[in-house]
Amino acid sequence: MPDVLDLARWQFAITTVYHFIFVPLTIGLGPIVAIMQTAWVVTKKDRWLRLTKFFGKLFLINFAIGVVTGIVQEFQFGMTWSAYSRFVGDVFGAPLAMEALAAFFVESTFLGLWIFGWDKLNKKVHLAMIWLVAISTNLSAFFILAANSWMQHPVGVTYNPDTGRAEMNSIGDVLGNSTLWAAFPHTVTASFLTAGTVVTGIAAWWMVRLARTRKTDDLEKAREVYRPAVRLGVLVMVVAGAGVIYSGDVQGQLMFQQQPMKMASAEALCEPAPDGAAFSILSIGNLNNDCASVTRVISIPGATSFLADRSFTAPIKSVPELQAEYEQKFGATDADGNPINYSPNLALTYWSFRLMIGWAAFSLALAVFAYWATRKGRVSDSRWLSRLGLVSLATPFLACSFGWIFTEAGRQPWVVAPNPTGLDDVRLLTERGVSTNVSSGLVLTSMIAFTVVYGVLAVVWYRLMHRYTIEGAPDEVHDDSPEARTPDDADRPLSFAY
Amino acid sequence: MELTTLWFVIIAVLWTGYLVLEGFDFGVGMLLPIVGRSADAKERDRNRRLVINTIGPVWDGNEVWLITAGGATFAAFPEWYASLFSGFYLPLLLILLALIVRGVAFEYRGKVSDPGWARWWDRAIVVGSWLPAILWGVAFANLVRGVDLDGQHDYVGGFWALLNPFALLGGLTTLAVFLTHGAVFLGLKSTGVVRERALRLAKPFSVATLVVAGAWAVWAQVAYGTGWTWAAVAVAAVALLGVVGAAWREREGWAFTFSAIAIVAAVVLIFGSMYPDVMPATDPANSLTVTNASSTHYTLVIMTWVAVILTPVVLLYQGWTYWVFRKRLTASSIPDPIGLSLRRSDRPAAPVPAAEGDGIPRP
Repeated sequence: MPDVLDLARWQFAITTVYHFIFVPLTIGLGPIVAIMQTAWVVTKKDRWLRLTKFFGKLFLINFAIGVVTGIVQEFQFGMTWSAYSRFVGDVFGAPLAMEALAAFFVESTFLGLWIFGWDKLNKKVHLAMIWLVAISTNLSAFFILAANSWMQHPVGVTYNPDTGRAEMNSIGDVLGNSTLWAAFPHTVTASFLTAGTVVTGIAAWWMVRLARTRKTDDLEKAREVYRPAVRLGVLVMVVAGAGVIYSGDVQGQLMFQQQPMKMASAEALCEPAPDGAAFSILSIGNLNNDCASVTRVISIPGATSFLADRSFTAPIKSVPELQAEYEQKFGATDADGNPINYSPNLALTYWSFRLMIGWAAFSLALAVFAYWATRKGRVSDSRWLSRLGLVSLATPFLACSFGWIFTEAGRQPWVVAPNPTGLDDVRLLTERGVSTNVSSGLVLTSMIAFTVVYGVLAVVWYRLMHRYTIEGAPDEVHDDSPEARTPDDADRPLSFAY
Repeated sequence: MELTTLWFVIIAVLWTGYLVLEGFDFGVGMLLPIVGRSADAKERDRNRRLVINTIGPVWDGNEVWLITAGGATFAAFPEWYASLFSGFYLPLLLILLALIVRGVAFEYRGKVSDPGWARWWDRAIVVGSWLPAILWGVAFANLVRGVDLDGQHDYVGGFWALLNPFALLGGLTTLAVFLTHGAVFLGLKSTGVVRERALRLAKPFSVATLVVAGAWAVWAQVAYGTGWTWAAVAVAAVALLGVVGAAWREREGWAFTFSAIAIVAAVVLIFGSMYPDVMPATDPANSLTVTNASSTHYTLVIMTWVAVILTPVVLLYQGWTYWVFRKRLTASSIPDPIGLSLRRSDRPAAPVPAAEGDGIPRP
């Protein structure tokens, strides 16, 4: 039987990566649907209502699983990571509670009003509902990332040796954490890039499909409905893509200062680089976190130094140098006398970092192609555009997943990484954070249960997303708002019901 | 009042919000196949959709009270959060799985028009409502009774120890309370056959609740209560009697009010009998109290500002939601199903080209 620590880590990894398949689409698609509905209210053009209903359905199918898997996240810290919870609760619990009170209540309540309120609320009030949902999902992200950023770079706390825990002394520092203000824009722009890619990919596929039938009606629909959606999606992708690159660069520079070991591992930097470090395009080695096995095959000289410090010759500390430094600072062995390897798994951090960037590049390609193919009012019938659109539907999700795998796996062996520029006595090894009173059989049971239920739901989610996508935007839409109705139909059915 | 005590009260308030609101969601979910029955398949589906739609716009907002209670416990009493959630691991796991399938079921059930599809999600709603309705009672009763904590405040009693008679009666209590609460809520939110059935069920349910919940409350008070919590028992007793009276007179508004009051009184009894412990231990030396489980004064001050400002706002807009959706549902208010067929090729050959969606609702 694997030990509790390994199982708890696997369970957290599975449930978190799964949760974050749905989250970026929710964060990004909410505002896009809100923009579509705003366009409808302002221009009164049917096409925007058709698009609102079409992408709104996909938004809701996606939202449902994001919400229910989020509950698990809130409880899991206490269930499998109770020692961690005791250590960090004084500071880590606050942003989670704030998220629930300030953001999650808003999004859940107003989403209900948006779904069921088409015929109950005036047009502008109803429009406000989706905007409140869109804003609060982004606010949710802020608070959750505040908690996560604190684990990467603990600030606003002191260590209290009497209670043996981290204690908050400045909420301003926790919410003003430089790591948070880089991670939040990066996560949100990545989410918008994800949603922009989904909107563009689906709309481009539909546009091409209709354009190829050569029927007047179809061409009309491609031009009237799907082309504007492609253009909107491309606009979102371009703005978000620029934001992702910029915020990622800022985040990278911060990480070289705050978590040097994470970045050294991401670059497979196993040799000292006093005169500037190269950026590795391809390195090979075994999977056992063993610096001796790493061979750098292709690299760009000085590029890593440039990314870290804007100088091609800036010295970057390598994994063995940092290991020696950490051993001196934090000890060479843990409480049980086992040697501590202070570097995260090299292969995992190296590849997840590259896969994050690589998969995101598909979105860039789609943005450029779709923009060019729809220039000056054109409706494209290019099969290549439609194929790229379909392929690109999956890629931003992969990029987001690998980004988080990199962030979290790169923090190991710490669950709370020591802050090298502040007080470094607030720190906790992952192995010290796990619940001590929960058996491995129990965690194995829950891990299997979550995996099975999540697996089934993933299949259902995919089928529904697929089914609603190939159904396309509705041809006929009605304005159900109270101001568009005659007063004598009090007994009419609801405009929407489950 | 000490901030630690204030936070104990705030967390009790959050749990009250959760149990009053999701209490009727659970009841509605449990009663779905009973109240929504019919020999005719089409009518059955319409009845069931009516039942589900009485809570459709609000269930998600109701569930956030749980997330907030969890988050607030983490922030204000990290030791409590750690001991409670790791100690009650298996019941919590079951509750989480139940809430997952149930939540998705509400959203996905109507997305496809297919009897088999709906049947599976109905099962998810029913199981996902029964399990937590029982398990929350088991969990809270164990809290009142006290559990086996070691010197590190870790629960070491194992799963089976949680299934003691007092806790099982606690499980029956929440089950009975939520069934009644849900039945009168359905009575309040619908007309026609669903309302008739719900109100007919509410009569025996209310009597059973009076007996079961009354017995549990007296047991809890005598064995674990303090002097002033007799007041909570008395209020609960009056309220439960009120539910019986109102249910038999088919005054569902009053019945709902009384059952909500009974839930409030039960939470007061539970939290009042624990105080100043947040998690009493079999060996009192190991008990978690509002003091030794709490966060620092600084954190509590910050969180107090957040809670004091935001909780009334939440109450305000959630109240508004109930106002917007105040109208009773009747069979004629449920529109025809708008779910798609499972496969696109299932569609009847339409005059429009196959490449184009026609957006016309299909049965």
